[in-house]
Parts: sequence; structure tokens; C-alpha cells
Amino acid sequence: MPELTLEDLKRILRVAGGEDDPETLDGDILDVSFADLGYDSLAMLETVSRIEREFGTSLPDELVPDMPTPRVALDTINSRLRAAA
Amino acid sequence: MVIVGVGVVAPGGIGRKAFWDLISAGRTATRPISLFGASGFRSRIAAECDFDPLLEGLSPQEARRMDRAAQMAVVGAREAVADSGLDFEALPPERTTVSVGSAVGCTTGLEEEYVVLSDGGRRWLVDHTYGVPHLYGYMVPSTIATEVAWTVGAEGPVALVSTGCTSGLDAVGHAVEVIREGTADVALAGATDAPISPITVACFDAIKATSAKNDEPYSASRPFDRRRDGFVLGEGAAMFVLEEYEHARRRGAEPYAEVAGFANRSNAYHMTGLKPDGREMSEAIDAALRQARRAPGDVDHVNAHGSGTKQNDRHETAAFKRSLGRRAYEVPINSIKSMVGHSLGAIGSIEIAACALALRHQLVPPTANLHHADPECDLDYTPLVAREARLRTVLSVGSGFGGFQTAMVLTGDRS
Amino acid sequence: MITGLGVLAPTGRTVAEHWSSVLAGRSALAGITHFDASSYPARVAGTVAGFAAREQVPGRVVPQTDRWTHLGLAAAAQALDDAALDPAALPEYEMGVTTASSSGGTEFGQREIEALWRDGPGHVGAYQSIAWFYAATTGQISIRHGMRGPCGVLVTEQAGGLDAIGQARRLVRGGLRAVVTGGTDASLCPYGLVAQLSSGRLSTGTDPARAYAPFDVDAAGHVPGEGGGMLIVEEAEAATARAAAHRYGTVAGYAATFDPPPGSARPPALGRAITAALADAGLRPERIGAVFADAAAVPELDRQEAHAIAGVFGPYGVPVTAPKTMTGRLYAGGAALDLVTALLALRDGVIPPTSGVRHPVDELRLDLVRDGPRQADLEHVLVLGRGFGGFNAAVVLSR
Repeated sequence: MPELTLEDLKRILRVAGGEDDPETLDGDILDVSFADLGYDSLAMLETVSRIEREFGTSLPDELVPDMPTPRVALDTINSRLRAAA
Repeated sequence: MVIVGVGVVAPGGIGRKAFWDLISAGRTATRPISLFGASGFRSRIAAECDFDPLLEGLSPQEARRMDRAAQMAVVGAREAVADSGLDFEALPPERTTVSVGSAVGCTTGLEEEYVVLSDGGRRWLVDHTYGVPHLYGYMVPSTIATEVAWTVGAEGPVALVSTGCTSGLDAVGHAVEVIREGTADVALAGATDAPISPITVACFDAIKATSAKNDEPYSASRPFDRRRDGFVLGEGAAMFVLEEYEHARRRGAEPYAEVAGFANRSNAYHMTGLKPDGREMSEAIDAALRQARRAPGDVDHVNAHGSGTKQNDRHETAAFKRSLGRRAYEVPINSIKSMVGHSLGAIGSIEIAACALALRHQLVPPTANLHHADPECDLDYTPLVAREARLRTVLSVGSGFGGFQTAMVLTGDRS
Repeated sequence: MITGLGVLAPTGRTVAEHWSSVLAGRSALAGITHFDASSYPARVAGTVAGFAAREQVPGRVVPQTDRWTHLGLAAAAQALDDAALDPAALPEYEMGVTTASSSGGTEFGQREIEALWRDGPGHVGAYQSIAWFYAATTGQISIRHGMRGPCGVLVTEQAGGLDAIGQARRLVRGGLRAVVTGGTDASLCPYGLVAQLSSGRLSTGTDPARAYAPFDVDAAGHVPGEGGGMLIVEEAEAATARAAAHRYGTVAGYAATFDPPPGSARPPALGRAITAALADAGLRPERIGAVFADAAAVPELDRQEAHAIAGVFGPYGVPVTAPKTMTGRLYAGGAALDLVTALLALRDGVIPPTSGVRHPVDELRLDLVRDGPRQADLEHVLVLGRGFGGFNAAVVLSR
């Protein structure tokens, strides 16, 4: 069953949102807010959109505003992926 | 600088009269998208114009070479010219300027042609042998300004102004500046957009900016309502003949309004995001009022941007309070996007038309679909029913992607 | 007063590189390599080779914007740097941005439209709404540098850069302290090229050295290019007060006109744009030391332009040049780059050459600067631009 890992998320963030500094996503970023990592609302919409395409799923509209950190994002998205499976 | 002719192509009816009938009655023109098959899209609602270019007087060759946006602009321009009573052939052409606004130019035509050349998106190396002769005219939207200039043979400065969703205000403001500096005596100015096309619907779907109330299409555009969920995409055009005041007075013209103040600022914050304090829109409002030599207490009516997104309506409410103070709570505000949708670059001009007609009829059109008050939007937005009012000074504002914030003050008398 | 310049062009990724290429008559036109253009009748272009967006544009902005905006952001930053102008040190509402735009984020748009039609609506990304529209570059420059004054976008195709600086001058006269103006273009993708082909004005010449030959007996259209230039226009006294390092020149005169509709008996309006710009500058024609021509390289348009120039300056009455023959026509970036080149000519007292012209049309009676740059004591120069669809603009720059 497909699962979104932190490495997947980092990879997709880099492509979807670019990065100013290659070290931005290194280290323990699970509880750092996306805003602090430098990703704005558009970058998050783009990231979620790419996740949807890659995992062949559809995620609800309310997801992006309620997903402040990578940890919350992984938990929320993976629970949806499990429910859809 | 005064408005002496108004032409409108809007959802709900072609022509100035049909437009005013719709908005003064509080009727809406939003409906399920019919211009293309929208079943795979998130937002399937739009405010479409029932516009047939041949029925509206364009020749077959004109209709073929022009994108829908240009077609609507030309039809609007012809109505404005007829309304103005000016004989453009008797005017020196070099003293006529043209300024047309558009946010997305000839997207509709560009996309239609792309589908063919790429054979449904299958070929990155598109097939040039299927290219129509006017394809370049679609790629560069200045051709819209060319077509409008040709309607009156204008030979003064001509430009297409493209500042996103404030294009419709900015194009008219630009024309006023050209007349004011003495370069021209008469302007044909306004804006157009025909964005109801898959790529544009999809791009707003992607950022969830448009309403997804597909089961309630006729009431989906709900500016300032607590249950608003985004804007409804629209299309249309509004064009004006603007004349230097003395020039108009000498020939006994009856202006709709004077463009007494115009100012634009940028929020330099985010391409789509808005800060809740509305500061830069407020700066634009203040500057426009100063130029018009009006105080906040003089404002009789505000035509809001009122797109119906959560963030816009909140941002704007804050801007009104910041600029107008106590007056913000007293003045009738409205959003006609509740009725004719958000036609991007065109709507700023369509809203100027609404203000000009409001001044002429001394009537404030309502905000439709406003049933549930939002505590964050606690001003008087003229819900549901038009309101008679003594109108002399009207403020119209716009806000758009890229951070553009524009305000225009229109006055109905010379005092 | 113009106090800063920035360039990203086929002839160079800095002002200095561009100027040295142009003085050396070194054309940057070459076969298109960005995509396989072998099936298209036009295969030559001017490309900004070696431009790495990530080095000049914030990493998070790169995926959100088209190459056209990357080039614009980079050129604007160069110009601000050249002017040693720190936007943070100026009142935020007294700075503005006005750029010329032409086809917007063309390649970004082609990719997104392709994704939509090939894969479905859900495959259009979150950035299409901000990357393709004509105002994207102005918006991004305004945000990056915190400029909250009036910002604008003018679309008049190749005349755009002149109309933009004309607007910048209006804004400065109206009280703004500084305006970033100019334009860039990047429409060398398949759909962009094919759209340009339909204008009927592209050269199908395959020899880059001869494909774009304005005012030549073999003139057969222009070569397209990408890139452009940005300029900082400042209020003159403010520039003096802060001892601005560079004072390249002023916009002494500006005028824009529009050609009569097809079928009209009235003449094209370029001549009137020239005389109006001179009148605006308060200068007689003999004070103009060089004309940077629009140089469409379409025989009828070359005739119109030569006729307009000769009509004002007399036959062979003024040196005429078109360094755009070394970059291609850059549409939204074209006139802006011409302004930069013209200011450098004023600074150094030398008129750059026109390349690609072997057999000038005698009847045009133009003193065309070819075969090398020409020294000249320049005080005032004239820059012309004509946009597809009838747009004419003329700017007089004074040292």
C-alpha cells in the first residue's frame, strides 16, 4: 500500500516549491512549519497537487490550510491514503 | 475628464441597457458553464455572455480574425461611440487615444488553436502547418487595442494595459492621464476579457480560488456573505468615450460622470495573497480621494472589488474602514460580481460602467446572494435590493494578482 | 534621469558583455537549440545562452515563474545594483515598476496547456495563475524589491519598451522617486515560434549571418530573440542629491502614435511620432546624433521607416543603426535593450554597427552604420519602435 514518506515529501517540495538554500530541508524538519521552511500557500497547493497525481488520489480542499508542518501533513495524507485503499 | 459614452457587453444581456436592467434588478447571470464541456473541472460555474459576434454586427472576417475578447471590446466600443454623439471622422485622428485593458488577452483563441496544432496536447513540437494566419494576433494581446483603435481610426497613443484584475480600472486611468497631459482630447478606453476557457478555469481550480458550489450555480457568487467560497469566473467588456471636460461642454454633451480621481499602489507582498489590513488598497483610495478633492465624508457609494473569496472581502472591508473611517459604516457598498461574475481584466471597466449608470439613475445596484452576515464583513453592502440614493461621489476599487490595488473616484456633478 | 542599467540578452548576460559584443559587431544569432526546430521554416534565433535562473533569481520563485520573468528579475536586480539604489532606503510608495510585456509566460503556458489537454484538468499546476499572465514580471519585481507605488504593464509589442519608459517618465514627473522600467521576452518555445511564424514577418533564412538584414535588398523578415533590458529612472534632483554613480541620460522626448486602419488613404504615423518626440525634447533634427531604428526587415516596413527618417532628417541626414540585428527582435525586451544600447552609445561617443546587411537599398537613402562602430560626439539620440498592429513610439535620449 502506497505511503508518503518524509523523503517523498522533501523531494516533491523541492520540485514544487524550489529552494533558496540546498540545506533548507536537511535535518529534522518534521515539526518546522512550511512557512518557516519558506513555502507559501501556492507552493503548498502545488505540492499537494503533485502528491495527488503521484499517488493517484484526490485530497480535500481543506487540507492545505490545516497542514502547518511536515509531521501533520504526513499523518493527514497517509490516513487518507489508507482510507482510500 | 468626463465619460460621454458607455458601451457594455456583459453576462445577462448585451448592451448598456440590458446590463443596467440586470444589475439594478439584482438578478444574477451566473450559470453552469456552457462554453465548453466542463465536467472534469472543480468549478463548473461561470457568468457567460450570450454573445454572437455576427449578431452583434461584426463582419464574418472580423469575427474570424478576432479572439472573443477583441470581438466583445469592438462591440462595446461601437456602442460607446454611438452613445457619445461624437463624430470621430470629424476629429483629428492624432488627438484620439485608445487604452484597452485585458488580463488574459486572447487566451480563448490561443487555447483553441493550441489544441489543433498540438493535436490534443500530444505534440510538444506543434504543427505549424495548422497555424491560422492570425495566430500571432492571439499571442500578443495588443491586437485587441489595434482592433478597437481601428473602430475610430485613432492615431494618437494606443496601448493595451495588462495589470491583471485591475486592468479595467488602470486602462481608463491611463487614458485620463494621456488626455490630462495634453497629448489627446478624446479617448476610447475600457477593458475586455474572455477567460472562460479550459486553461483558465483549470488554473483557478488549482488554487481553489473559484466557487465550487456547482449545485447552486445561480447564487454561487456571494461577496461578503459568510458562506462565500470563491469567485465565479465571468467574461465581458465595457468601453467608454472619454473627453476633456471643456471639449465636451462646448458641444453640449451630457457626461455620465467625471473621472475625478485615480490612483494605484501595489502591496508588494504576494502574487495572490492579501494581508488582512488592506493597507495598500487604502493608500490607493486615499490618493484617489485627494486627487478628486473629496473627503471620506463625501463618498456616497462604494463599488467594491468584492470578488467573493474569503480573503478578498475581508481585506477590502479593512481597507474601507482604514480610509473612510466612520463613513465606511454609513455608505452603501456593493459588489456587482455577485451578478456578473469576475471577468478579470474586464470587470474594472464593467464596474466603472455600473458607477456611471448609478450616477445617472441615482440608484445603487445591490449585492446579490447576500443572506448570511459575516462578522468580519460588517459594513452595509446593499443586500439583495437596489437602493435609491443621492449620488454625487462614487468610489470604485480593484485588487488583483501581482499585488495591484487601484481606486477611482467618479463624480456626477462639477461642484 | 536614468541611473542604472541591466541586461540579459543574446549578446551578453551583463551590460558590459552586451556592449562589447555589439561594438565588435559580434552577432549572437544562431540555430535554435532549445528545441528541435528542424521542421519549422524559421530556425534561427538569438538566445540568452548560459543563463542559470537559480543563480540570479530566488530559488523559491524559479518554479513559480516563466523564463521571461526570470530574465526580468535578473535584469532588474542588475539595474538596481548598477544604480546603487537600495529600495529599502526609499519611501515604499515612491517607487514603482512599469514593464513592457508581449506574449507573457509563453513556454510555461505551453507546458501547462499541454498538461491539461494531454493528461486532464487536474494536471494544471498552482502557478499557472501567476506565471503566464502579462503582469507577472512587474508583480514579481515589485514584490522582490518592496516597491509599493504605482506599478503597470504596457503591451504594444516591439514598441513596448519605449512606451514603458514614457510611462516611467510620467510617474516620476507625478512625484515618484524611482521607477524600474524596461522589458524582457522569452517566446522561443515551439508554440511561441509557430505563433510568430503566422505573422508572416519571420525570416526563413538559415544563415544566421544573413537571416536578419533590414534595409537590405534581400530583406526577408526578422529573426526572433529573447532577453531584454531594465533601466532605473529616477527623479533628477533626487539622483543628484544621493550622488548617483551613473547618470546615463534623460528621456528628453517621448511620443507614441498609431497607424491608420488598413485601406485608409492616410499615411503611416511613424514620421509624426518622430517629430512629436523631437518637439517634446525641444530639439531640431540636426541635434540628433544617431537613430536606433526599428528595423523590421520587411521591405514595405523598411521603406516606411526610411521614408519617415528621411522625411525628418533629410536623405542620408543622420547616422542610422540597428544593433538588434545581432540579438534578433526581442518584442517586449527589444526597445528596452535598444534604450540601454543607445545610452551606452551616448556615454562612450560611439555608434554601434548594424550587422547582416550586405547590399543596402540605395533608394532608402539611409546613412546606415555598418562595417564597424562609428565614433561620434553624441549629445542626443533617437530610438524608434514599431509594434505589430500599428504601434509607433519614439524616444529622444539626451546625455
